Amino acid sequence: MIRVAIGPQDFDPGAELAALGGMAGAGAVASFIGHVRGDGGLTALTLEHYPGMTEAACRRIAEEAAGRWPLLGLTVIHRFGRLEPGARIVLAAAVSTHRGAALEAVQFLMDWLKTEAPFWKREEFLDGGARWVEPRQSDADAARRWQT
Amino acid sequence: MIRVLYFGWVRELIGADGEEVAADAPVTLDALRAALMARSHGHAEALGVPARLRYAVNQAIKGPEAEAKAGDEVAIFPPVTGGCGR
Repeated sequence: MIRVAIGPQDFDPGAELAALGGMAGAGAVASFIGHVRGDGGLTALTLEHYPGMTEAACRRIAEEAAGRWPLLGLTVIHRFGRLEPGARIVLAAAVSTHRGAALEAVQFLMDWLKTEAPFWKREEFLDGGARWVEPRQSDADAARRWQT
Repeated sequence: MIRVLYFGWVRELIGADGEEVAADAPVTLDALRAALMARSHGHAEALGVPARLRYAVNQAIKGPEAEAKAGDEVAIFPPVTGGCGR
């Protein structure tokens, strides 16, 4: 079962993981949660998304993960809007009978979310400055490991 | 009409979420970009460097040589940045 939720509101990691762990046959629940880091004087991070396309793209990658690994369930939650340091941004979690599939699926999802997901990030700083984040080569390199 | 949407710094420089463009015939995304540059200084600044832009037509990623026609939704945006960039 695939759950994809894109929205501004915060989510409850405990509840999401418990839901996956409660599925019949569950043996392994793996997850990643991303938070806004406040280093470098960052005061806010704004995530912009493409209504319609962002949800569809996230759903497609979740379906691809479900096709590549034997999963019982998969959850992708991604926030958008203006977030402050410490705020949760993203949850990627998977449940399977054994840990290999669950762990790999989460890594796959995160590598995709970091490189292909339709979000644009803008950082605000203590000194009043702001800048748009530029794509990073190391993220692109990490995502390439999944190419078949 | 083609409905054009902007995101990221493209949206910020142009100063609008989107706008409409008349299209009697299909047009390549690159030609659409070039035509939009004439609308304002902000448009020229946002759309002047093709290598910095990406496109979608009806919410599917497309290259600059792909075409759009009346009734399509075209989005023009910077490369996505789900990563932390630093």
